[in-house]
Amino acid sequence: MPGVEGFMYPNEVELQWSVLIVLYPFLTGLVAGAFILASLERVFQVQEVKPTYRLALLTALSFLLIAPLPLQLHLGHPERSYEMYLTPHKTSAMAMFGFVYLWYLMAVLVLEIWLDYRRDIVLLSQSTTGWKRLIYRMMTLGSSNLSPRALAIDDRVGWIITLIGIPSAFLLHGYVGFIFGSIKANPWWSTPLMPVVFIFSAMVSGIAAVMLLYMLLTWLRKETIEITCVDTVARYLFYTFIIDFSLEMLDLIHRIYESDESFRSLDFMVHTKLYMSHIVIQIVLGTVTPILLLALTQLWKLGEMARKRIYVLAGCLTLIGIFAMRWNVVIGGQLFSKSFLGYTTYKMGLVTREGLLVAIVLTVMPLVILGVLVKLLPPWPEKKSGSLPDIAPAH
Amino acid sequence: MSISRRQMLLLLPAAAVAWKHVLAGTPEASPNYKLSDHWWGMLIDITKCIGCGNCVRACQTENDVPDGYFRTWVERYHVSDYDIENPHVDSPDGGKKGFLPSKEEGGKNFFVPKLCNHCSDSPCTQVCPVGATFISPDGVVLVDQKYCLGCRYCVQACPYGCRFIHPQKNVAEKCTLCYHRITKGLTTACCENCPTGARQLADLKNPNDPIHEFLKTHSVQVLKPYMATHSKTFYNGLDGSVR
Repeated sequence: MPGVEGFMYPNEVELQWSVLIVLYPFLTGLVAGAFILASLERVFQVQEVKPTYRLALLTALSFLLIAPLPLQLHLGHPERSYEMYLTPHKTSAMAMFGFVYLWYLMAVLVLEIWLDYRRDIVLLSQSTTGWKRLIYRMMTLGSSNLSPRALAIDDRVGWIITLIGIPSAFLLHGYVGFIFGSIKANPWWSTPLMPVVFIFSAMVSGIAAVMLLYMLLTWLRKETIEITCVDTVARYLFYTFIIDFSLEMLDLIHRIYESDESFRSLDFMVHTKLYMSHIVIQIVLGTVTPILLLALTQLWKLGEMARKRIYVLAGCLTLIGIFAMRWNVVIGGQLFSKSFLGYTTYKMGLVTREGLLVAIVLTVMPLVILGVLVKLLPPWPEKKSGSLPDIAPAH
Repeated sequence: MSISRRQMLLLLPAAAVAWKHVLAGTPEASPNYKLSDHWWGMLIDITKCIGCGNCVRACQTENDVPDGYFRTWVERYHVSDYDIENPHVDSPDGGKKGFLPSKEEGGKNFFVPKLCNHCSDSPCTQVCPVGATFISPDGVVLVDQKYCLGCRYCVQACPYGCRFIHPQKNVAEKCTLCYHRITKGLTTACCENCPTGARQLADLKNPNDPIHEFLKTHSVQVLKPYMATHSKTFYNGLDGSVR
């Protein structure tokens, strides 16, 4: 059979979960990671990362709004997907996850953004005109109370929500790891480490994404990048990366040492079919190189320009590496036969419903939405452009 | 509300035609079939299977199985001397057209028909997000194709590779143990067409079923027992090399 080496159960030859299912954990990982970064400032009072606080929240929202789309496009019957909410099967991790997602979107993220921006929304609803005024007025939800007491309540409730949001963000992405990790039929996925690895790689990707977006947007706005902020974010990226790398190495070493019945088949797969995506892109380029680059900035005193360049390079490589990790988990887990006697090939379409083009569009869309959100709810006071009144963050 | 005679003359024939359609679309009832009287499984005798592929063809005909997908299939194993860990396995088109003579010399060769194991503790029913796949009270794992979302989680969760997504219906599909036949006292299409009796439908709740005697007098295994799915497809003469 073309594309098949060795023996596969006949129904295994065609892959079930496509590049869209690779994209989904990547997008939700960015959400969880961006939120954790935001919570560093709000809950743990890390003042240096304050310039990224609102941007991180808006980034999380942009990606969270798009993330259900790859799932819907992948379903055989997307028109029935609401049944997961109306008639969830309580033993199914996937069904219960739908509620975690809804909780996180509505009760955590949207609420926190609203509470943090409320003062600015009210001010904008009074200062703008036309359709913009209508939008801001709707977003005020009828309240224009900006008394010190009201703002203090906003701050307090927002703090509580952020506090609840941290375990919620861990749950959001850890759950995706659990959906894979709890499938005993697939030894590439089935490990209790899976949710933990997913959480930490999510944090790495989210922190890297916010760092890059902050640097990009500040540069586009022709403002100066606050180097203490970027230095701190990069430091947190470095620490999180060390943990993530350790966890992945632990999984690898454990597999090699324990050498269970699946090991030979999986080992062969990693060295042949997944060589480029796993060894070269994920490990060497996507993990070891960014860690070494960041270590460079931690161990030696480098100039500001050099540090910025390293951060950009490390950040980009990180995102590529984390995407590769999702690819290797999802696609890799379907390339080998459960008989451990053969391998198949992933035939990714280009313009099909689950093809590459759709994946690219879905990756770009959150950035477009972020562009709109950044205009609608500016994360920083407008110093130079001046089209909107001077807005300071509420706390 | 008063209906005129003219309205009645138009309404009655229309109603009659509609009623005929309703009746035509209604499946045949099995009024004497009590779900709680049965607990279905299957017995496969490896020592009898000749790899003819009748079962695969019969299943495809009976259940409209699309080409390239299999509700049941036959694997041929070649185990060379001493090397139980590395069998050579093939299943050309699921064994639908039988097997060409093997070019491999020595060792032992045998055939293993496979199908849904109708596990009593099935991981596939556990993971379905809407409960579209379920185990019936008489022990058959089924899919409600009008409810299935086509998320493919069940296909991933099955350790035996017996599920697939129907290419036109976009829902999960697999062996139904010919539920439409067994509830009417018939046997499955695959068992009906097996020339050697290698496949036997078994009703574990029926005290007269030959499976009970067979289980007592033979060494019987299930596939992947360590998966703890409590499979109800029993194999006689299953070699250690079978994956």
